[in-house]
Amino acid sequence: MTNRFRTASGGRIDRTAPVTFRFDGTTYNGFKGDTLASALIANGVHLVGRSFKYHRPRGFLSAGSDEPNALVTVARDAARTAPNLRATQVELYDGLTAASQNRWPSLNFDAGAMNDLFSPFLPSGFYYKTFMWPAGAWKRFYEPKIRAMAGLGVAPTLPDPDRYTQNYAHCDVLVVGAGPAGLAAALAAAESGAKVILSDEQAEFGGSLLSETSAAIEGKPAAKWLAETLTNLEARDNVTLLTRTTAFGYFPHNLIALAERVTEHLAAPDPDLPRERLWQVRAKEVVLATGALERPLVFPDNDRPGVLLADSGRTYLNRYGVKPGERAVIFTACDAGYRTALDLATGGVTISAIADLRANLDGELPARALKAGIDVRPATVVTGTSGRLRVSSADLGKVKGGDVASPEKVACDVVLMSGGFTPSVHLFSQSRGKLAWDAASGAYLPGTSVERERSAGACRGVYGLQRVLEDGYAQGEAAAKASRDFASPSRGATPAPATSSRAFPAQADDLGTDGFIGATPHGRNPAFTKALVDWQNDVTSKDIKLATREGFRSIEHVKRYTTTGMATDQGKTSNMNALGIVSEALKEEVPKIGLTTFRPPFTPTTFGIFAGAARGDLLDPLRKTAIHDWAAEHGAAFEDVSMWKRAHYFPKAGEDMHAAVARECKAVRSSVGMFDASTLGKIEVVGPDAAEFMNRIYTNAWAKLEPGRLRYGVMLREDGFVMDDGVVGRLAADRFHVTTTTGGAPRVLAHMEDYLQTEWPDLDVWLTSTTEQWAVIAVQGQNARAVLQPLIEGIDLSKEAFPHMSVREGRICGVPTRLFSVSFTGELGFEVNVPAEYGRFVWEAIFAAGEPFGITPYGTETMHVLRAEKGYIIVGQETDGTATPDDVNLGWAVGKAKKDFVGKRSLARDSMSAPDRKQLVGLLTKEPAIVLEEGAQIVADPGAPVPVPMLGFVTSSYPSATLGRSIALAVIKGGRARIGETLFVAMPDRAIEVELVEPAFYDPKGERLNA
Amino acid sequence: MLERSMPTPVAANPLDALAASSRPVEAARLTALGPAARLAFRGREAAISPAGDAFGVALPREACRSHQAEGRFALWLGPDEWLLIVPGAEPAPIFAAIEAATAGMPRSLVDVSARSVGIEIAGAKAAFVLNQGCPLDLSLDAFPVGMCTRTVFHKAEIVLVRLAPDIFHIDVWRSFAPYVWELLEEGRRELA
Amino acid sequence: MLIIDCPWCGKRPEIEFRYGGEAHIARPADPSALTDQEWADFLYSRTNPKGLHAERWRHIHGCGRYFNAVRDTVSDFFVVTYKAGEARPDIGGDK
Repeated sequence: MTNRFRTASGGRIDRTAPVTFRFDGTTYNGFKGDTLASALIANGVHLVGRSFKYHRPRGFLSAGSDEPNALVTVARDAARTAPNLRATQVELYDGLTAASQNRWPSLNFDAGAMNDLFSPFLPSGFYYKTFMWPAGAWKRFYEPKIRAMAGLGVAPTLPDPDRYTQNYAHCDVLVVGAGPAGLAAALAAAESGAKVILSDEQAEFGGSLLSETSAAIEGKPAAKWLAETLTNLEARDNVTLLTRTTAFGYFPHNLIALAERVTEHLAAPDPDLPRERLWQVRAKEVVLATGALERPLVFPDNDRPGVLLADSGRTYLNRYGVKPGERAVIFTACDAGYRTALDLATGGVTISAIADLRANLDGELPARALKAGIDVRPATVVTGTSGRLRVSSADLGKVKGGDVASPEKVACDVVLMSGGFTPSVHLFSQSRGKLAWDAASGAYLPGTSVERERSAGACRGVYGLQRVLEDGYAQGEAAAKASRDFASPSRGATPAPATSSRAFPAQADDLGTDGFIGATPHGRNPAFTKALVDWQNDVTSKDIKLATREGFRSIEHVKRYTTTGMATDQGKTSNMNALGIVSEALKEEVPKIGLTTFRPPFTPTTFGIFAGAARGDLLDPLRKTAIHDWAAEHGAAFEDVSMWKRAHYFPKAGEDMHAAVARECKAVRSSVGMFDASTLGKIEVVGPDAAEFMNRIYTNAWAKLEPGRLRYGVMLREDGFVMDDGVVGRLAADRFHVTTTTGGAPRVLAHMEDYLQTEWPDLDVWLTSTTEQWAVIAVQGQNARAVLQPLIEGIDLSKEAFPHMSVREGRICGVPTRLFSVSFTGELGFEVNVPAEYGRFVWEAIFAAGEPFGITPYGTETMHVLRAEKGYIIVGQETDGTATPDDVNLGWAVGKAKKDFVGKRSLARDSMSAPDRKQLVGLLTKEPAIVLEEGAQIVADPGAPVPVPMLGFVTSSYPSATLGRSIALAVIKGGRARIGETLFVAMPDRAIEVELVEPAFYDPKGERLNA
Repeated sequence: MLERSMPTPVAANPLDALAASSRPVEAARLTALGPAARLAFRGREAAISPAGDAFGVALPREACRSHQAEGRFALWLGPDEWLLIVPGAEPAPIFAAIEAATAGMPRSLVDVSARSVGIEIAGAKAAFVLNQGCPLDLSLDAFPVGMCTRTVFHKAEIVLVRLAPDIFHIDVWRSFAPYVWELLEEGRRELA
Repeated sequence: MLIIDCPWCGKRPEIEFRYGGEAHIARPADPSALTDQEWADFLYSRTNPKGLHAERWRHIHGCGRYFNAVRDTVSDFFVVTYKAGEARPDIGGDK
């Protein structure tokens, strides 16, 4: 049960806490503090995946979030299954179960690997070139097949049972990255009293310090300095420390999105804890201390399992106590390879050779390697590797002029490569900061800032432990100072480089800034080599060169053609080498080639964290009226109307909607029904200028409406089209009770506020939403008065004292009410407004009082049928935003004598009164049983050659139990003049004959209203 | 008359059932508040002082600040807008007093007692829970005791008042109240 | 999510606001005096500049007030906000 590649001691793992885990069905051991990657390497497992396109065997490339290969699926159960996790970031816990991806039937033998043999036929642009014919086949055939073969992991199909939360947070200084620069920055900002948030994607703070065994800071070993610094920060009230937290997006005005993995590392998470938390941090100042990423070298067969980044190999050894192999070949273009070689040698790994691309090795580290007796070979490249599922040897060849001498095969089980370091400018670039090419270090560095941020340490090209610490401290101090002067989110200019007020004497290896970008020479026939540039998308140097030969010159085009840098790792390890290859192929300087855009997220982010608590019934506010629960208890079916749940109909046992609606309609027409109209929008318009305001906003004239009376009002947008309608009551000279449609309530209030505040601020009138103040119970039918009479106090309900379209204030069942005599059914009717908290109480009282009359609760469907029988429009159903009042027979509501109102000028345009405008009419099908389909098109001659001229369409259509036949409303070009004509409703299988009639099917004279 | 046999009116709170089944969380205690008189007062300069005099609490003139005295709260919501709240009181007499004191002045007074319901969240983690849906900086520097404002909590509009460092009141339109309550519950679940 | 400086309430997150289109387009005092073309221009013609843009915002989930702002449409930063009815500060850009 021992780990063959585990060192005897050292590393930050907890050797007293062994952990058992499974990978691809095999049980392994590791320790607390391991990642899945370090534990697998400790067990000698390097083969962990198959590549995307060629299904080439793949091992670990890195030890961190830049890992392109080692994507695994971690499953706690069938629902808690997370695909595409980087094994280098998956923290080990007892019982962890992981599986490799993109292989069939198994990782060792993968049928898809035949793609590798066919690879000469799979060049860049292969898909575009090959799967072009026949046209329809892409969607039906090619794409599904290709997707099945070239997939990443598979998402679970079960709903995600985990919880995710989101928190807004504010701070003076946000520090992203807790390596030496970030720690120093946080320390400086915290000491100056600023409110600081420090985040880091790893399980532990420390960054590169976690891999240091010999470095010292302020006279202490790096690990001790780190522990003391963290203790110092933790003790401060003004500091929030967030580990396992990836800053994945930088949004305008210094809003930074952090994804905190709260329970991912726990064997048995508390179900009350969220799995992840989204922090939306608004920082006055941001310090980016995101470090640098090591670059691979692009040489043939550089993707064989066992070929790793050099500094990652060092991390496995120093941080996790794991030897990446027993015999190592180092291939380097900078001093980092030597640092790794020396550490590995100390750790008991045999260093077979160091191949250095550079000819002159005058640094301190090469000297130490030579002194240690390591076989150091200047001006030497690796021209290839061997080994089926794991590297077994590397070919080392001397570079002479432009050629490579015939290589020597050197046995090894691990190749560690380093092309130098690329500053991690992802977040800076996301913040819209401009990058600047630094020829000296061969890197893009942060240039002009847009947001209030500054970079510190390696991510801005500052290297060397002491310089990095001092730079971090300086930027932290400067950020804290700037946050005290904060006045606006805008930056305006790049902050001047600060100098540290504190020295951090440190001893550590200085790696310099040497490095290489592009593909290293190998002297082999390119047709038979694969030198990977983008591991995750299987893009080789050959592919990129081919793209340039085919005429692609901009890196943005090369990227899309070859897909380099387009995988989920966003080209963290590949972008610079791709640039270098294009630069060499085109003989152009790197900055002339450009740079692809960095976009969020920095690393893949779960959907759950974006959804947060907004799922299920909490996706949106689910608005219920005071009467909702009564309706639910009485079997109502509900429909969604904007955010409201409205009772749609009240089926009795055995009834479908049709039967229930027919019964409800009959009850209203023959006796009395009751309806919950609480969702209607309500606005109280109050003030000395209330009537003047109403005059300007509505088409109607209001000055002469007496207190105590109601009027149906129509509101237009300024373009002259009907926006909303509703009944308005005048309660006093200076007080109107306005109602709006349910869905239109917020829009109407905003429209009114807009005019009041910005066009007529001189008017002494104010608007207050009272939608939720009042529950509204419509009592409709010839017995409505008889039902209400005994419940009402203080209002004379008689026809004479309380005529149709009146409002009175009094009490019902002891509750204050505004009682409207109004009807949307064509029957005698009342609308009882009571304070919402008494809505259900009053509803139940009316229901009880109505029982002798067979009072019937009805829903929105019956309401729709009853009003359609009367030809009353519904805004949004008979109107579509292009209807004038006249189009829908509301010309009578337009106060023509008024000098002005919103929309009046637009109505005066010729086209607004053209005779061929679509106008509201009624439709009766020749066959009474046929119910037309709403939205169906109306034509004069269904046999006419296509395109058949469309005259209009059906807006409302119902079976009418009252009339014993179907009815419909429609808008038809010049419809009013066509009344009496026969037209056709075109359906896919037939044309339905309809007669155009006046749009009032029932009691057209309105006699029943005044019963 | 039928009225004699009529039952006494029963006021319902949309949070009744949710509050009854809520589990205690000390770090963020949640309470559904009882009925209150709520009046929306709007008006020009001349009416502001008389309205405050009649209400018994001067209407705050500083943006986003509340005044309170003897159980009466006056909340600044806009430059000419105040929400007057008196927990446990009948709105009619207060309405009549302010209406009378400001008669003839340019102003608007509307009874909105039933429009919203109150929720109290109190405890060391109250601000943390609120910040799961409210985007404002709720540190004491940025949102001091006595501050009040309309803002948002997730997708609902709320009026938020800080009554003490660890005590917030939320006033929310009644149909949005269960949504807000359930999200507060969701937010404090990890503190249980 | 932008930070917007409400002239009444101070700096608040964009989520509390509604955009209200271009500012300083007053409704004509007598619309009936306008030609169809003039009326159409009032209804529909907007400047859409690259650079400084005076626009209306409403602090709908705050004090409820409409106010005006000059925003740089290139950088998305606000230059100034001011109360409705006040003149546009003289800071250059398209009028």
